[in-house]
Amino acid sequence: MSTLLEVSGVSVSFDGFKAINNLSFQIADRELRAVIGPNGAGKTTFMDIITGKTKPDEGRVIYGDKSVSLLKMSESKIAQAGVGRKFQRPTVFEDQSVFDNLMMALKKTRGPLAVLFFKQTQEDSDKVADLAEQIGLSGALHRKSGELSHGQKQWLEIGMLLAQDPRLLLVDEPAAGMTPAEREHTTDILREAAKTRAVVVVEHDMEFVRRLNCKVTVLHEGSVLAEGSLDHVTKNEQVIEVYLGR
Amino acid sequence: MTDAALPRRQPFALRFPSVMIFLTILALFTVGVTVLSEGFGIGVISTSFIKTLGKTLCLCLVALAMDLVWGYCGILSLGHMAFFGLGGYAIGMWLMYARTEIIVLESLSAAALPPTPQEVSDGIATQIFGVVGSSEFPPIWAFAHSLPLQLAAVVLVPGLLALIFGWLAFRSRVTGVYLSILTQAMTLALSLHLFQNDSGLRGNNGLSGLQNLPGMGDTPQSIVSLWFFWASALALALGYLLCAWIVSGKFGSVIRAIRDDEARVRFLGYPVEAFKLVIFTLTAVIAGIAGALYYPQAGIVNPAEIAPIASIYLAVWVAIGGRGRLYGAVIGAAFVSLVSTWFTGGQAPDINLGFYTISWVDWWTVLLGLSFVCVTLFAPKGIGGLVDILIDRKSPNRHGADLGPDHGALREQEAEK
Repeated sequence: MSTLLEVSGVSVSFDGFKAINNLSFQIADRELRAVIGPNGAGKTTFMDIITGKTKPDEGRVIYGDKSVSLLKMSESKIAQAGVGRKFQRPTVFEDQSVFDNLMMALKKTRGPLAVLFFKQTQEDSDKVADLAEQIGLSGALHRKSGELSHGQKQWLEIGMLLAQDPRLLLVDEPAAGMTPAEREHTTDILREAAKTRAVVVVEHDMEFVRRLNCKVTVLHEGSVLAEGSLDHVTKNEQVIEVYLGR
Repeated sequence: MTDAALPRRQPFALRFPSVMIFLTILALFTVGVTVLSEGFGIGVISTSFIKTLGKTLCLCLVALAMDLVWGYCGILSLGHMAFFGLGGYAIGMWLMYARTEIIVLESLSAAALPPTPQEVSDGIATQIFGVVGSSEFPPIWAFAHSLPLQLAAVVLVPGLLALIFGWLAFRSRVTGVYLSILTQAMTLALSLHLFQNDSGLRGNNGLSGLQNLPGMGDTPQSIVSLWFFWASALALALGYLLCAWIVSGKFGSVIRAIRDDEARVRFLGYPVEAFKLVIFTLTAVIAGIAGALYYPQAGIVNPAEIAPIASIYLAVWVAIGGRGRLYGAVIGAAFVSLVSTWFTGGQAPDINLGFYTISWVDWWTVLLGLSFVCVTLFAPKGIGGLVDILIDRKSPNRHGADLGPDHGALREQEAEK
């Protein structure tokens, strides 16, 4: 499997505090990866750097077949290049219907003029309907997304990410605030998604990570502490000390 | 799930009944006013009131632009009346030039020798710029002789200014209140510049006599006022259709999303700055066109019209009418500006409290300010919110619970009510 994303030697500090310290990370095409770590380990900052929200002080972020550097690209360009991100809090557009939310996310030309003269085809609405089926919101297509329950919003956001059809999917705590049944469904969606693209899941919940059954990267104080299977990293002395021991 | 697509298959008019209702009301209003006008013969409505109504339609048009940029895209621009004023100046330059040219030609035709073009040009310049102690045409009047070029300027000048300003502001990610302050600074700078005598636009005198159409000296104002009234109604109708088309499609979806969560839209891959720039520039152009129709009816355009307060009024109209819905902006602009005309025109009876007499000419702004505060606090949907009550479109009752994700979102049973 070829490498899709390579982060090497990245550091970033906020007001002297090193949030990310010489971090290196690689993920292959069609790989599912869980990133764990205690609070303040730099998980969210790590995602901010990949998606262009935060510019690192040093280091490289290389992405894709053509090995382009993501550091010089704007957030929207990075997203267009195929990096999708789900935030910790579900951020859907509450004022708009589930259908409109998904339609907006659907992979299309993103320029203002293309959007202005966009004509929706039957194919587009079928795609949206399929996605709604996958995330269990078929019956709610025309409801305002602000009316959905917390778990449904999480799914809608995952659906929007899938609609973007990204090559690299970054998911921040997808199971937060979900019921056990909803968590199981979410695991299925993520595992299914990882068959066709790379997925990075940041999660606190060990049980959830175990169910994902994938390679795990442990972050601590802004750098990688350990990497390997969940059993492997949970046996690591340092990991036990900084994370599990507490 | 094919029914998902069904509601969107219907014709535009059926999907957005408010557009058809609005256009019907506007058409009936236009016909009604025309029939009752002095120009038509019945004369129930005076010519000056026709002008007031025509001007009101132009204000409705600029309020639509404000609603698009603020209510839909979330950019609280406090500078759109500057674009409105620029549109007025652009058309005013031609009106003033062409009319003065006729007068100068008439007066020179009495001379023994036919006047040279230089004499004519000097004559016009002296007539126009005498008040500011100049007798030469400033460079910006280079195209004033040509109606098509000045009509192009109505669109291009506000459009280019908005494009440059917007590009600089949005590119630096200036948002929220900082952007509002920047737009205020822009409109203040523009009005201060125009106040100067050497700005080339007659300083604080502004451009006047705009109600007289060149070459139409024989046509009475009662007829001219009707022409402008119709033109304003047509412009409002077209503007409304354009805005409705923009906000109804995916573009509308994206700009509302930008209003609600700009960062999230970026991560969806949309170039947020480009969208804002398109909306900002487009609305500036609409404002310019509205201004070009307004000022010939007002008769005069001067720098005071571009003062920052004018743009703040515009925001107040849209807020009172109900932002985020097109008819709300129109209702707000029409209602507030007509009521304002009534109060400030001395028609409202003063209230004698014995120890103090409330004179509405002075107290109207206080009343307007109070109603703005009340609308913001108690009826954020504005007057347009009354429509929701009428057609029984209820917001779901959340029993005071927070909609935010941290406190558990709305339950289905609640939402279905």
